[in-house]
Amino acid sequence: MIEERIIEKLNILADAAKYDVSCSSSGSKRKNENKGLGNASNGICHTYTEDGRCVSLLKILLTNHCIFDCAYCVSRSSNDIKRAAFTVQEVVDITINFYRRNYIEGLFLSSGIFKDADFTMERLVRVAKKLRTEHKFNGYIHLKSIPGASDELMREAGLYADRLSVNLEIPTEAGLKLLAPEKNRKDMIQPMGFLKNEIILRKEEKALFKKAPIFAPAGQSTQMIVGATPETDVQVLQTANHFYKNFNLKRVYYSGYVPVLSDKRLPALHTSVPMVRENRLYQADWLMRFYGFKVNEIVNDTNPHLDLDIDPKLSWSLRNLEVFPIDINKADLQLILRVPGIGLQSAHKIVSARQFGKLNWDQLKKIGVALNRAKYFITCNSSRFERRDLTATNIKQFILSQSHSKFLKNATTQLNLF
Amino acid sequence: MTTLVYDGTFEGLLTCVFEIYERKLLHVKIQKGEWLSKALFEEVIQVITDEKRAGRVLQGLQEKLSAGGMQRLYAAHLAGMDDEDIMLIGYIRYVFDSKKNVEEDYGNKYVLRLAEIIRMVRREKHRMEAFIRFQKLQDGIFYAAIEPDFNVLPLVGKHFKNRYADQKWIIYDMRRNYGLYYDLHHIEYITLDFATSRPDNVISSYTEDEGLYQNLWKNYFKSVNIPARKNTKLHMRHVPKRYWKFLTEKI
Ligand code: SF4
Repeated sequence: MIEERIIEKLNILADAAKYDVSCSSSGSKRKNENKGLGNASNGICHTYTEDGRCVSLLKILLTNHCIFDCAYCVSRSSNDIKRAAFTVQEVVDITINFYRRNYIEGLFLSSGIFKDADFTMERLVRVAKKLRTEHKFNGYIHLKSIPGASDELMREAGLYADRLSVNLEIPTEAGLKLLAPEKNRKDMIQPMGFLKNEIILRKEEKALFKKAPIFAPAGQSTQMIVGATPETDVQVLQTANHFYKNFNLKRVYYSGYVPVLSDKRLPALHTSVPMVRENRLYQADWLMRFYGFKVNEIVNDTNPHLDLDIDPKLSWSLRNLEVFPIDINKADLQLILRVPGIGLQSAHKIVSARQFGKLNWDQLKKIGVALNRAKYFITCNSSRFERRDLTATNIKQFILSQSHSKFLKNATTQLNLF
Repeated sequence: MTTLVYDGTFEGLLTCVFEIYERKLLHVKIQKGEWLSKALFEEVIQVITDEKRAGRVLQGLQEKLSAGGMQRLYAAHLAGMDDEDIMLIGYIRYVFDSKKNVEEDYGNKYVLRLAEIIRMVRREKHRMEAFIRFQKLQDGIFYAAIEPDFNVLPLVGKHFKNRYADQKWIIYDMRRNYGLYYDLHHIEYITLDFATSRPDNVISSYTEDEGLYQNLWKNYFKSVNIPARKNTKLHMRHVPKRYWKFLTEKI
């Protein structure tokens, strides 16, 4: 009986939490120095859902009772669903026992807002505190910061958690007003600002005093739902860029809206999940963070939306053909990174390998370059190269005709692309 | 063409390299274990592992490679992949025949192949770190069985020791029939005798709550799926079928 009840609770509270797409358990280096349980390293995916997403953390809500009524959320107060709530001890037990069996890297705990922000936040913090102090747990803990919670509680949360996040949910303020009238963007941004400063402060302290406690070592992240409101990709990516720059966010997650509720403010039920768009946003995000692209190179007022049929790097290259072809044996790393079909790893390998001799097509291929795309943009140690004066449209057609449906059909959020 | 037969150890491989240079052999084949073929006219050398000779080759390598480079070479051999010894010998020869450190000379086929082997070994190691599922026995030991594609068990010990410092565990490679046992202080190599009890049954006795947590985990795995996003192909690529039999959520 008890077993059945706890299984039911887990089903309800995991189901309600799954639309938060962030699953990362990386970015923390919490060590197991107390001969306790666990450590946090580079984040392992212990399994994958049938839709191909990484499962790394036990991701649950403490409760799906909520006093708010955000239109896009299954837990909204007006939705007629089964409600449940875990006790603090139940969450602690499941986390520890899952962790010991190597099912998970740690816990991602979020919650509906019951009573008020502080009341909710206090319980989330209590779970984290119990894990860290009573169980000597060093695994990964991600807590959701409840908008409007007091600075005191946020500070305590930072002492136990590896990562904290506030979801922006809707990329623009206007969109938020429409769908979550009770929420206030200021309440969401305020804790982010507080945490940003606190993290900087604690880092400085740590540099001076080795013994100073670590504070949210994996930083902050946020999530935006795309496709629930009519924002363009420029708006989405500019918001992301703004938060990366001004709040030192570690990650921004994009979650293609899954229509689970009928509401005239939202896309109709049975609208398909904008998975390709979501994938393109992640690719664009990648380009901003690792490939040295500026946001307005990727999207701008003339090109407000990402191409759905080709990835944003190829799309940029086709708009900037005058930059190419580049000589792979001479060009700077920065430029090599901009070539379609060359990823981070291959780019670095090229730069290492060419010190030993000039590289030809065969070697590039073996290094891992996708020649069917790259060949239009580079020259190497070979007399064979693309001599035709192709237009952007030609190149796009050639590439699309050769690449399989991969670029047209379902793509994924966990990507290792380019 | 000369065939070198050796005992499969890393020292043995290095002894082979010594022989190759001493006898000035150009074209060689390498074989692990015993020489069985009775064919005539084949030139075969049975290489007896020799610590001194191996030591000299090792020293030479250490002068030419970084510590990380040495480790990668060792791990590549340890993995025990079929037919790759000849590539490793080729790599070692290339290292000796070059003036500067060639670890990053990815234009060379041996260097590139070693990088590929290492990538495969790493991936298998990461998969083990991800896919191992412990089951708690009555005596408090956490037990996991695995069947990795390559011999990566020695490479994963450290990870599990750091992580599960406060619990006793056993990880057992069913295919190669040996395992690691951590007793809260050290890791030991062990072999279990399955003659009397079936492997998956060492485990005659789980703890009381083992079933509950397995059940919870299976339910969790089902709950987090979003049917509207189903993508079986991607799922299979991340979790290939051959690993399923040890994955609690897949049984
Ligand atoms: S406050 Fe959070 S849990 Fe409550 S309805 Fe809004 S999004 Fe859902």
